Amino acid sequence: MEAHAQRQPAAVSQRTRSERRLAWMLCAPAVIAMLAVTAYPIGYAIVLSLQQVDLRFPDEGGFVGLDNYGAVLSSDLWWTDVFNTAFLTVTTVAIELVLGMVIALVMHRAIFGRGVVRTSVLIPYGIITVVAAFSWQFAFAPDSGFVNNLPLISDEMDWFGDRFSSFAVIIMAEVWKTTPFMALLLLAGLVTIDSQLYEAAKVDGATAWQRFTRITLPLMKPAILVALLFRTLDAFRVFDTIYIMTAGAQDTESVSILGFNQLISRLNLGLGSAVSVLIFFCVLAIAFVYVKGFGVRVEEGRPGR
Amino acid sequence: MTVRAAIGLLAVLAIAVVAIVAALSSGDESSGSGRSLSWFVAIQPGGTIEEVAARCSKESGGRYNVEVEFLPTDASQQREQLVRRLGAEDSSIDIVGMDVIWTGEFANAGWVEQWPGPLVKQVTEQVFPNVVETASFEGDLYAAPFNTNTQLLWYRKDLIKQPPATWDEMIDQAEELGAGNAGTIQVQANRYEGFTVWANALIESAGTPVLSGPETVELSEGPTIRALEVMGRLANSSAAAPNLSTSNEDTTRLAFEGGDSAFMTNYTFAYASAAAEAPDIAKVMGYARFPRVDAKRPSRPPLGGFNLAVSAFSENKDLAFDAAACLAGRQSQLTAVELDGLPPSRSDLYTTKVVTKAYPGFAALVRKSIEGSGPRPSSAAYQDVSLAIQRTLHPPDKIDPADAASVYEELKENLEDAVKREGLL
Repeated sequence: MEAHAQRQPAAVSQRTRSERRLAWMLCAPAVIAMLAVTAYPIGYAIVLSLQQVDLRFPDEGGFVGLDNYGAVLSSDLWWTDVFNTAFLTVTTVAIELVLGMVIALVMHRAIFGRGVVRTSVLIPYGIITVVAAFSWQFAFAPDSGFVNNLPLISDEMDWFGDRFSSFAVIIMAEVWKTTPFMALLLLAGLVTIDSQLYEAAKVDGATAWQRFTRITLPLMKPAILVALLFRTLDAFRVFDTIYIMTAGAQDTESVSILGFNQLISRLNLGLGSAVSVLIFFCVLAIAFVYVKGFGVRVEEGRPGR
Repeated sequence: MTVRAAIGLLAVLAIAVVAIVAALSSGDESSGSGRSLSWFVAIQPGGTIEEVAARCSKESGGRYNVEVEFLPTDASQQREQLVRRLGAEDSSIDIVGMDVIWTGEFANAGWVEQWPGPLVKQVTEQVFPNVVETASFEGDLYAAPFNTNTQLLWYRKDLIKQPPATWDEMIDQAEELGAGNAGTIQVQANRYEGFTVWANALIESAGTPVLSGPETVELSEGPTIRALEVMGRLANSSAAAPNLSTSNEDTTRLAFEGGDSAFMTNYTFAYASAAAEAPDIAKVMGYARFPRVDAKRPSRPPLGGFNLAVSAFSENKDLAFDAAACLAGRQSQLTAVELDGLPPSRSDLYTTKVVTKAYPGFAALVRKSIEGSGPRPSSAAYQDVSLAIQRTLHPPDKIDPADAASVYEELKENLEDAVKREGLL
């Protein structure tokens, strides 16, 4: 739009200017609402993170500069939890991408009952995360769960008593819950591909695998990247499932649980805000890598400048 | 839409808003003659809370009406709800059902009121001195003791002739029975507050407190290492329950009732639960004092329970003090033991029929256990201390009983940081 305006500077008439003013006024309520619900809390968290604030010690406090950040970044715990979170993110998103793609292809090909198939696939995503986490936890609990009664599994297997098995159940629950979301985003990309391309490829003798790797994947790249971006940002903030299943025990803690412990358990708002701000920067960095590194355009369909 | 229709719609909306506001604001006046006081407290399945709230409201002769707001059963979640409200200076809480470990934190934050002199004597009369300690901070009383609690050693009389006096004896007996023959010991060792309860009881029983002041780590070396050796030995023995590192009050009770284990340390509710859920086990269920760590030193069992405080943000503090005194009073304590099996904080009630009926044969043992208990440390930074203990010692099987000294160094260091509230936890 600006490029367009620069080409014809004489065209900025009285009318255009008043239209622009109207546009700003129409946008203002949304901008103000966004500032109030996102910019203010983020700004306040940054201010808190530079102070010593502990609700239990109201008489203390004051500006401490970057001390809180120093305390977080010099702690082994932070780096263990960053590793745990990154590990969970990469594993769950990778599994979800593969499964989501399979489900999207099935949904796309479904000949009858399309509506039913698409709706039923979405059910896990519709369940509240805490409820889903509890269901999985109960299923794997040694005293009340059914999993330990299955063949080949020891009756006494304590799934949440070991790091590896805890991670396995957490990953399963996360994948089960969010694969439908991934599948739906991928399906949206899939339907935009012109079926004539497949017919032409078939005529040329391309195998099903070739059609998938040469047509489907390249044309779906924007949709895949958007799906990956959304899920990665989501997965990095994983909290509910871990909180319900292990509460971070057996070294399964994520950075969000770490933040919760400082903020809610310890009421140490300074330190907790520093953790939150660092998580915010991690998420920002992930988004930056996707947008700049892989060229994701979230507003798909718009021509680039 | 015409202008007239729009005006009509606006008028209808305006009337609706006025009607809703009027309906909402009339709520306060319609709830009887007295002021309504809200009591935020953990739910008790037997119905104690509703019962005592109704009785005290009635006895007030219309001065106040106690309305109960239930908190979840999980202690950490109770605290989470309370601190979020109190941190925001919410005036809708009048009376706070406070776990024994929150006193220092809530008092130091200025969230709960110090009890006025004339009432102090009334609510602490006949109460176990160490329970009064849990309701006090820096020498001042901040809450009225309601129920207390302690852990006993529960064992199977059909498998064990003589209950063990020490943890080492107990582990020996369990190993002798063999894990396949109920030779396991149920303790609460998930990474949660219950783990701190267990660790603190072992350390206290070994002969040293964790803290000697709100910000001073005591933890003398010899006894602490001894306690850690016991913890490490059990966790690495065949006597450890297979789900040791994820066990809590409920999983341990279930396993004991299922006949999986010959031993369990657990709160007093275990007996009533077994009597109701597993009558065959209840028939052969023996009880003894929490085992010793040091054979020459009496054990110091865990101490739990709830005290009632008045919120600093209440708009009816005087009434709230009166109500809390009644809610935590003698009659209410009897209701709590009758309906929910919760031990009274008043020592003079242990010979009453209600208590001897709730604890058949072991009322005196419960009393002695409370008298000799080793409370968890009192500090405004209690959460930091508890988190540091959990982080350092969990899962307990990482403690090598032959090298408990290295874990001791780590524990001491982490606790020094915790009382100063430094670093991440």
